[in-house]
Amino acid sequence: MQARGARNAPSLVVANMIQTQPMPERSEPPSVSEAPTPQAPDKAARFTHRYGDLAFRELTRFFTVVVLLILVGIIGSLLHGGWPALKEFGAGFLTSSEWNPVTDEYGALVPMVGTLVTSIIAMLIAVPVSFGIAMFLTQLAPGWLKRPLGITVELLAAIPSIIYVMWGLFILAPVLAEHVYPWLADTLGQAAVIGPLFDGPPLGIGMLTAGLILAIMVIPFISAVMRDVFEVVPAVLQESAYGLGATRWEVVWNIVFPYTRVGVIGGVLLGLGRALGETMAVTFVIGNAHQLHASLLMPGNTISSTLANEFTEAVGETYTSSLILLGLVLFLITFVVLAISKIILARLEKRAGSRMA
Amino acid sequence: MAIDPKRYHIRRFLNGLSITLSFLAMAFGIFWLGWILFTLLDLGFAGLGTHLFTESTPPPGEMGGLLNAIVGSLLMTGAATLIGTPVGVLAGTYLAEFGGTRWLASVTRFINDILLSAPSIVVGLFVYALVVAPMGHFSGWAGAIALAVIMIPVVVRTTENMLRLVPNSLREAAAALGAPQWKVIIMVAYKASLGGILTGVLLAIARIAGETAPLLFTALNNQFFSTNLNAPLANLPVVMFQFAMSPYEDWHELAWAGALLITLGVLGLNIIARFIIHKRT
Repeated sequence: MQARGARNAPSLVVANMIQTQPMPERSEPPSVSEAPTPQAPDKAARFTHRYGDLAFRELTRFFTVVVLLILVGIIGSLLHGGWPALKEFGAGFLTSSEWNPVTDEYGALVPMVGTLVTSIIAMLIAVPVSFGIAMFLTQLAPGWLKRPLGITVELLAAIPSIIYVMWGLFILAPVLAEHVYPWLADTLGQAAVIGPLFDGPPLGIGMLTAGLILAIMVIPFISAVMRDVFEVVPAVLQESAYGLGATRWEVVWNIVFPYTRVGVIGGVLLGLGRALGETMAVTFVIGNAHQLHASLLMPGNTISSTLANEFTEAVGETYTSSLILLGLVLFLITFVVLAISKIILARLEKRAGSRMA
Repeated sequence: MAIDPKRYHIRRFLNGLSITLSFLAMAFGIFWLGWILFTLLDLGFAGLGTHLFTESTPPPGEMGGLLNAIVGSLLMTGAATLIGTPVGVLAGTYLAEFGGTRWLASVTRFINDILLSAPSIVVGLFVYALVVAPMGHFSGWAGAIALAVIMIPVVVRTTENMLRLVPNSLREAAAALGAPQWKVIIMVAYKASLGGILTGVLLAIARIAGETAPLLFTALNNQFFSTNLNAPLANLPVVMFQFAMSPYEDWHELAWAGALLITLGVLGLNIIARFIIHKRT
């Protein structure tokens, strides 16, 4: 059996490649406008034919421009609103850790660091776990378990973030404060290099809690994408590898992952984009302190939690305008992450030819 | 062929390790999510009752429900859907049917994908500057516009994808019968992809139903029953936010009940959408 599978495999792979080659052409945008239209019988019909098309086309084009204007509007309005603060603080806004409504001095460093640190914690936890879940769902789970588990993961990705957050505040934070963080501070907190990261009083709220909740929120999201792309891998490829004697892990790592690299990176970056911009999850559990700490157990702040907490209560032009400028910084950070992900995907897609949709 | 025992053992060990870790990852995911759902059902059902739908949000220490918040949320979601659906569907139509590789289409696709994952709190700031600041007060309309802005990219994306799935032969057949392109699109392409587009709209509604951040700066909140979209409007997510942050036990209970209502609504929409897809294929 094995020998036969191995002998047949290459030709099947080739056949599969050939079959998938013409696909992009079929899924190209329709070219009806270029198709020869039959001569309309009289002038009136020709008129509606021609101007009906024109009107509909311009209507759809108008709304496409509206979508573009939303982006222009977001950047424009944030720039306009943040202009006074930008004029006053200049580039120093990004490097100053000051945030003092009394003296009217503001800097974005603390919330920026908070946003990046919580997102990195979230990714460090969520990416390997999502990979494991996707591997389980596509390779290991018995057939009867695949569908229910897959649907569960998809539905969980749709649950609004505020639900995760209330659970984090009321249930998770007290448990962490009582049982987990004291232990972390006693063990990892005493370690040589990473010690300062886990030192400090176990409050239960802080960077690590925020990162953990973000991770739990994006796990369904990333694993749903990963599972979808893992499922695209042709069975022939995997079976040929099994036929040559590869173990499950070797099939996943050497066949499935390289084949789906593009989609996996796309899913991870989408999750990162989500974690960066997530507001509520962080606002509840980060503790809202405008201070920089080495310890992840201490309260901090992120851009979005600062906005959610202070924007409606801000008085004075400089205060409001600094908050809006902070919003612009957040938008630009996520814009860059998402743009890079799009460009990487487009490039890899081109190199991989027509393998991935 | 001779088998190198050392290499064989390493491979076997790696395989066993990865399978174990994969099981653990699944267990890890299920553990947290199960815990969250258990909490939600446990605390949510405790606060559930008919008073939720007959009374408005109470001041601290009194009994009350969530009527004003539920009505406000429904009104704003409805208005956002009415604004967002036509814009999204028509823009998606341009991308799929006319755009091709033109620069407007390519740029819009790129921008739309970015807007799809843009931080919702920034959308709140944008609508604040666009609507709230010029009008001088928070309003339900501002909330609806903010939700529509979040909804549009979702609808654009699904509409384009669904229209692209319609086989070109259908369009060519209609064109060969002498139908102008707008008729081909409306009477053939839309009809063939109706289920898919509808699914996109439903998923977009599910997405905006629980959005909190953009409403903080736009609709704000209203303690009293109101259907006036031109004034601050109560809504479930912001009520939950404020009640959960408060020190009062009975407010916490209402917040959990609201959380359960939103979750059931969102899951319901997702299941309906799934059902539509399933029926089509």
